[in-house]
Amino acid sequence: MQITLKIKRFDPARDKEAHFESYTVEAEPTDRLLDVLNTVKWHQDGTLAYRRSCGHGICGSDAMLLNGRNRLACRELIKNLGGRITIEPLRGFKVIKDLVVDMDAFFAKYRGIKPYLQSGDPDPDKERRQSILQRERFDDTTKCILCACCTTACPSYWANPDYLGPAAIVQGHRFLFDSRDAAKEERLAILNGGDGVWRCRTIFNCVDACPRDIDVTRAIGEVKKALLTGKV
Amino acid sequence: MGAVQLAGKCNLAVLSKLYPIRSHTGTAQGGIGAALGNMEEDHPEWHTFDTVKGGDYLVDQDAAEMMCREAVETVYDLEHMGLPFSRTEEGRIAQRRFGGHTKEFGKAPVRRSCYAADRTGHMILQTLYQQCIKQQVHFFDEFQVVDVLLENGRAVGVVAIQAATGELHLFHAKALLFASGGCGRIYQITSNGHALTGDGMAICLRRGIPLEDMEFFQFHPTGIYKMGILITEGARGEGGILRNRKGERFMQRYSPTLLDLAPRDIISRAMYLEARNGLGIDGKNYFHLDLTHLDRKILEEKLPDVTDFVRTYLGIDPVKEPIPVQPTAHYPMGGIPTDMDGRVLCDEKNTVVPGMYAAGEVACVSVHGANRLGTNSLVDILVFGRRAGRDMLKLVNAADWPPLPPEPDGFARQQIEALRTASGKESAAAIRETLQNDMMDKASVFRDATQLKAMQAKLAELRERYRQVRVRDRGSVFNTELLETLELGYLIDLAETIVVGAVARDESRGAHYREDFPQRDDAQWLKHTLFYQTDKGPRLTYKPVVITKYQPQERKY
Repeated sequence: MQITLKIKRFDPARDKEAHFESYTVEAEPTDRLLDVLNTVKWHQDGTLAYRRSCGHGICGSDAMLLNGRNRLACRELIKNLGGRITIEPLRGFKVIKDLVVDMDAFFAKYRGIKPYLQSGDPDPDKERRQSILQRERFDDTTKCILCACCTTACPSYWANPDYLGPAAIVQGHRFLFDSRDAAKEERLAILNGGDGVWRCRTIFNCVDACPRDIDVTRAIGEVKKALLTGKV
Repeated sequence: MGAVQLAGKCNLAVLSKLYPIRSHTGTAQGGIGAALGNMEEDHPEWHTFDTVKGGDYLVDQDAAEMMCREAVETVYDLEHMGLPFSRTEEGRIAQRRFGGHTKEFGKAPVRRSCYAADRTGHMILQTLYQQCIKQQVHFFDEFQVVDVLLENGRAVGVVAIQAATGELHLFHAKALLFASGGCGRIYQITSNGHALTGDGMAICLRRGIPLEDMEFFQFHPTGIYKMGILITEGARGEGGILRNRKGERFMQRYSPTLLDLAPRDIISRAMYLEARNGLGIDGKNYFHLDLTHLDRKILEEKLPDVTDFVRTYLGIDPVKEPIPVQPTAHYPMGGIPTDMDGRVLCDEKNTVVPGMYAAGEVACVSVHGANRLGTNSLVDILVFGRRAGRDMLKLVNAADWPPLPPEPDGFARQQIEALRTASGKESAAAIRETLQNDMMDKASVFRDATQLKAMQAKLAELRERYRQVRVRDRGSVFNTELLETLELGYLIDLAETIVVGAVARDESRGAHYREDFPQRDDAQWLKHTLFYQTDKGPRLTYKPVVITKYQPQERKY
């Protein structure tokens, strides 16, 4: 089938402002959008810039706005997107070129929640024990691939770029609810800050955006509950 | 893993062509092999034997022993760092069956693969990145290394291009470690991401470092048909069965003991044979991976990601329908030759290149021999990454700053500028597509001299076309067309190492199967290949295999 891509382009060396360019491409209904972007890049316009690597939704490189929604280009099939597809860079980040955005601030927030286990006691000879139920408690938030789909879909984040954002809170949740972690109070204090979980207005855009099907709003809700009750 | 050993103890930089969290380790699914014995009796000696036999006796046995012994403490190390392994009823690390991993030297499958659902690699990558954040490691994200500097036989630094600016940067170092992964993008159907273009291997090769055993390239039996996306061997570890057009469990004919858990080379070869006999699904080159007899809970709890891939990309539910799969280019057993401390070796006498290290898929210790066992890639990156990191620290503490060569970035600058202004008539995409298709046809699972020689001639032609390549993007910022074209040059160089090594090796061993020489020939070929790129073309030499406990035997499963 023939499809039309409308891609938002910006080259800092040439353009003052971003503009759309259209491309017509032959594609199979079962092609990934990433395949089609590659077709454009390889056969029509080599200057088109986007990030990509694994091609199956694990590395998190190719998050972008597809027909108005945050998606990974490698997880969306043409048959689900239709014959006319509008492609834009993620909102809320500075555009470096075309679909490539500056993610430094995003990763700085990730580092800010201290994303590493703090066990508080010396390592045993073998593994720390953890029951199946204890492991299950934070399973959902271990799936996060830091693609930024959730954070850049969040109106609270658009309004306040200092907000930690859903991705960093998801990562905070992953450690807060890990039975092996002993830094609960420190974690709760970070998440309780002025730009922490209370900026969330339960709009659920993050849930729609997450390519890993993480129940992001629920995770944020669990952190809020832990703050209110003092119990994890 | 190397960086974690060095963090806070020296002036350390990690360069990564992607954001580090995007690396391909994250796509590993099924688990890490380590004889913890959490589910049933197991021993590192059994793991060593399986590794040696799995590698068709081309494994250096001292290195395999070391790896399988240290695998156990390395897995505990990861758990202590926070890796969220799946758990047993007793709260220990859960383990599952995997291809070629057996109890009592081949008697039956054993539960050895330590896993976190089917996202083990994702969890390893996250955990190690988290440790680096904890220790404030300095990352240079999206800096693509394009040259390694050698002076007086010693490695003294690298040159990297920063994607965001197009600028070249010089990194002067007392020691450097390549952990830059594999080169699956040589082939049309591959489980490997777009970034896996063998940069580290090719850069070293161009600077006179040999590559070892490159003719051995593993095809994983279960890639999603036409796409190559990996369906973990763990799916068969949990009970999945491969079936042909008639619904037969064809592995009964090829591996009566281990069946669908035979090593990957054997299953991929069986699939090619079945297809040749018209037994592929619809008479084509693919088969069914049948999980429909498994409980829905097993799929959704132990194999959630692959279940999701099948639903997303094929629109079918693996609970109800079998998955169409075909062999997919997965892993080069070969790479930059190293010793057990990750130190790079530059000849058949095992001469060390001071300051230069390699670990993981880019390297060849050799613990995988002619065919790697599932899970052992993760064991390799962790054990040898750790050992290399520790050895580097000793060297860095003892060594003075080595001088840089004159005009250190000259070679890199010349290459990049040539591409930035390349105005020939050839399209990089067309060259790459021909390379990938032809390598799939002529130098994949089944090989013979005629096909390989035809491929050699094709490579000469592609190299000539590459000299006439054009790059349209003249910009500096995120000029990914230029970077992709640079990577295409690496792929052509590495394809040559595979083909030339394969033409020379007149035998069949592990993943290297020659239809014109179907037997293993220990008298002639129980040795490692070293491939050098020279002004006069490829040069091959060989070095002996280290054999300690296990004399080569016929390899049957």
